[in-house]
Amino acid sequence: MPDLLLELFSEEIPARMQRRAADDLKSLVTNALVEAGLTYEGAKAYATPRRLALHVAGLPSASKATREERKGPRVGAPEKALAGFLRGTGLSCIDEAQIQSDPKKGEFYVAVIEKPGRDSQDIIADIMPGIIRSFPWPKSQRWGTGSLKWVRPLHSILCRFGPETEEPEVIEFEVDGIKSGATTYGHRFMAPDQFEVRRLEDYMAKLEAHKVVLDADRRKDIILHDAKNSAMALGLELVEDEGLLEEVAGLNEWPSVLIGSYDEAFLQLPDEVIKLTIKENQKNFVLKDPSTGRLSNKFALTTNIEASDGGSVIIRGNEKVVVARLSDAKFFWESDLKTRLEDSLPKLDSIVFHEKLGTVGMRVHRLVSLASEIAPLVQADVTKTARAAKLAKADLVSATVYEFTELQGLIGRYLAQEQGEDNDVALAIENHYKPAGAHGDIPAAPISIAVALADKLDVLAGFWAIDEKPTGSKDPFALRRAALGVIRLILENDLRLPLRDLLVQALRRNLAHMASHRGEEAVASLPFLGKGDFAGNAVQEFFNFVRNSADKVLDSVAEKVGETSFEHAVIDDLMAFFAERLKVVMKEKGIRHDLIDAVFALGGQNDLALLVKRAEALGALLENENGINLLAGYKRAANILRAEEKKDGAVFDGTPLKELLSENAEVVLFEAIERANAELAPLLAQEDYAGAMNALSALRGPVDLFFVEIHVNAEDSGVRENRLKLLSQIRDAVHQVADFSKISG
Amino acid sequence: MTLDAVSANNRATTPAYMDPTKSFQGLLLTLQHFWADKGCAILQPYDMEVGAGTFHPATTLRALGPRPWKAAYVQSCRRPTDGRYGENPNRLQHYYQFQVILKPSPENLQELYLESLRAIGIDTALHDVRFVEDDWESPTLGAWGLGWECWCDGMEVSQFTYFQQVAGFECKPVSGELTYGLERLAMYVQGVDNVYDLNFNGREGEDKITYGDVFLQAEQEFSRHNFEYADTEMLFRHFKDHEDECKRLLAFSEKAKDEAGDGLHKVVLPAYDQVNKASHVFNLLDARGVISVTERQSYILRVRELAKACGTAFLETQWGGKEPVSK
Repeated sequence: MPDLLLELFSEEIPARMQRRAADDLKSLVTNALVEAGLTYEGAKAYATPRRLALHVAGLPSASKATREERKGPRVGAPEKALAGFLRGTGLSCIDEAQIQSDPKKGEFYVAVIEKPGRDSQDIIADIMPGIIRSFPWPKSQRWGTGSLKWVRPLHSILCRFGPETEEPEVIEFEVDGIKSGATTYGHRFMAPDQFEVRRLEDYMAKLEAHKVVLDADRRKDIILHDAKNSAMALGLELVEDEGLLEEVAGLNEWPSVLIGSYDEAFLQLPDEVIKLTIKENQKNFVLKDPSTGRLSNKFALTTNIEASDGGSVIIRGNEKVVVARLSDAKFFWESDLKTRLEDSLPKLDSIVFHEKLGTVGMRVHRLVSLASEIAPLVQADVTKTARAAKLAKADLVSATVYEFTELQGLIGRYLAQEQGEDNDVALAIENHYKPAGAHGDIPAAPISIAVALADKLDVLAGFWAIDEKPTGSKDPFALRRAALGVIRLILENDLRLPLRDLLVQALRRNLAHMASHRGEEAVASLPFLGKGDFAGNAVQEFFNFVRNSADKVLDSVAEKVGETSFEHAVIDDLMAFFAERLKVVMKEKGIRHDLIDAVFALGGQNDLALLVKRAEALGALLENENGINLLAGYKRAANILRAEEKKDGAVFDGTPLKELLSENAEVVLFEAIERANAELAPLLAQEDYAGAMNALSALRGPVDLFFVEIHVNAEDSGVRENRLKLLSQIRDAVHQVADFSKISG
Repeated sequence: MTLDAVSANNRATTPAYMDPTKSFQGLLLTLQHFWADKGCAILQPYDMEVGAGTFHPATTLRALGPRPWKAAYVQSCRRPTDGRYGENPNRLQHYYQFQVILKPSPENLQELYLESLRAIGIDTALHDVRFVEDDWESPTLGAWGLGWECWCDGMEVSQFTYFQQVAGFECKPVSGELTYGLERLAMYVQGVDNVYDLNFNGREGEDKITYGDVFLQAEQEFSRHNFEYADTEMLFRHFKDHEDECKRLLAFSEKAKDEAGDGLHKVVLPAYDQVNKASHVFNLLDARGVISVTERQSYILRVRELAKACGTAFLETQWGGKEPVSK
């Protein structure tokens, strides 16, 4: 079976695009082959800085001929039907169709569509130009006088096809003046010659001889192996970095590793600063001392050539650049050390956080008061929490964070430690950005938790207030991540918090800031207020509240939160967003989303931990037979109630009268509900949801019996009403635990 | 003879004080010579303050339209915010770029570039030269292109760009632009760590003139000027004046075009000068720290609008390809 070998040789392809491009090339070509009727046994794509290559093994030499019969309208059918048939089958006139007959239908037309098999070579030559022209590069360019777009100028195309035993053919095609051929080129500096290639093994071997390692994974192995060995020889350890490794493998066709060093004086810098300086600017790896865990003054660089002097000039050059960069970093770090974090705070007043939500300075003010309120709820020292919140953003105006944004928080922590802040405070400065996502570290220290929560609640409430919510794939302010962070902080630390009340507090602080800095009109013109009922009165109500208690809003620990109707609307919406995020989290833990809905639907949910406990217990209940039958009984009761309530235009929600219960099954159910209610109250108060579910499941037998024995719509209207009230008692009892109507199945 | 042998040979015949590895001016002259050999017109720096060699009309405007063009020149660049009072070993508010523009970009542009490195003493068998992704975008010129920063042993020594758009117009044909950071390259080939220690004229002893001898005082004085003394009120006024003048000239140019009846704009290059002036004034205001973050964006947009208007008008001139030139 013949193989196909394709190579697209160009100027340097950005490292970050190479792997994806190889995958795209493979799927585009193989899909087009299959579409054209060519099957294949296997395909593999490769990328280097200067070439994309594809090998497709086990192709037939031609596609099979196909014959298809398509039935058409009966003979003598209207003109319109015939025209449609011709169009659909590609026949030019109806005489080209055959006539067949059938005892039922009579005579009708049949079109025989025959497609001859085609040589694979022709097929490949046909599909390639289109694939090259429309290749999905993230960014592409034209060059010279041409119109072709490629990631960087494309220079040559190698395309050969043939069985292993014969000399493969060149598949000839042309794209914007570039003709496919049988040759390629070697390494840019070490073996730039043009040479002929036949098939994959030949291609790889010749590339190797011309100082090109085709396979990116092998280049990665070479770099990793070399770097590790070089480090070990020095008694050091490579600090591995998969992203960096992938990138440097995309910058070299013939990689080798050299070791450079810099003055030990730079080791006074935080390790993270050294590592980023060397990684971001120079794309080099750092080495650490295994005995101390700290960085050493050595780094590993990759080079694309085997230099004639063994690399000493290259090492010297790289060292020079590394030293220059580290000198800059050292200058920044030393000037940061001289400035107390506290003294940087005024600068935060001139950094706009968001046009509508004010400056970072205002945000810090809100964080201090919100975190102070959270502190006692998570057993954190209030004074220290307030201190940490106050300093949390101060490093944003440091020179080091200006250079390396991703070190925000960490630099603040180091500076705080250097400046003698309490260690827990320093730690909270670093941790308040956490968790970074679905799997990032979760702070566990109380002060860190308090500030981390305040940071996220403030952002969520603020953006909700100005109606900048995530939509579809757009979430420019990472609000989904913030909500997920809150959920993880609460659940993984097993926290009991009045989430809803805290969100109201956060919202109130945002709105009050907005009103005091941008005027009340700014608040009154918020998009949220334009919707539904939130005109006039609600706004007035809110401002009266703010005016009467402005100090309280910003600086005191909340008493019981009373929501204005505007706040109520915003927070309801935000809580619904939390419910959605929670479903995503719970799905990973195997908890059905409808169970979360069933608990949320009870309304007034304030405490995520309880909510999850309830949902978990509910999940357990619905796994046994009692639970499933109880759910069925509940649904039956609810359906009957709904229908009858609608018919009568009345609500049957009173207590049934015991004296009207005539049948045994009624009495049994009535007593069972009384018993269950009596048991549920203390269990729910103790948050023993498993116990509550158990108490509830005792209803299953009586409910089943009731539906077997009892005809609800009795002749006697009093008895009927009493029985309906009994049904509503089932509903009420169950609703103490969850809204079963939201549960599917 | 191999290319390396040619350049080695060239070096052997030039006097030591012109050696690009020993003399700043030698480096500069070697590059001029090299690109003169490749058919470029060797221009002199544009006679006004610009932030980069790209702003020279020989690049910005000539990259527009269908006409072929080859030029190379040294351009002094002013970046007021980069001033460090002469105290930083490699940051300057005034420095040189060597700029090459080839339109259309030739097939072997990368090879030509590497050849030019060899000509100034960078042996590619000893040094690790790499093309690392770096897309270029100039918000003030409404321009972008794709290319690389060129690394020599981990140090960025040049920018290499295929222009895709200038002044909001597609470049057809595409120009290839090379920008060499001359001070950085010279520091590298001379093996010097402080820019002010560069040997400028390649002489030794009493005859030696260093980069510091030429520029240190200027760096100190201009840093003071840019950060402390420049009259901001005057600058705000000038920005507006240049903006107005650019618009006025373009309007006049438009009118002259219609009056002459030949469809050709008549006063585009003078209008474009005003764009460069406005742009430099903006950079000074930025250095003086009197432009807020939000204002900043609007100033950039205002300069871009002017640049775009000039680009549009340039396409309706003879150089812009509106009518064929008889040779």
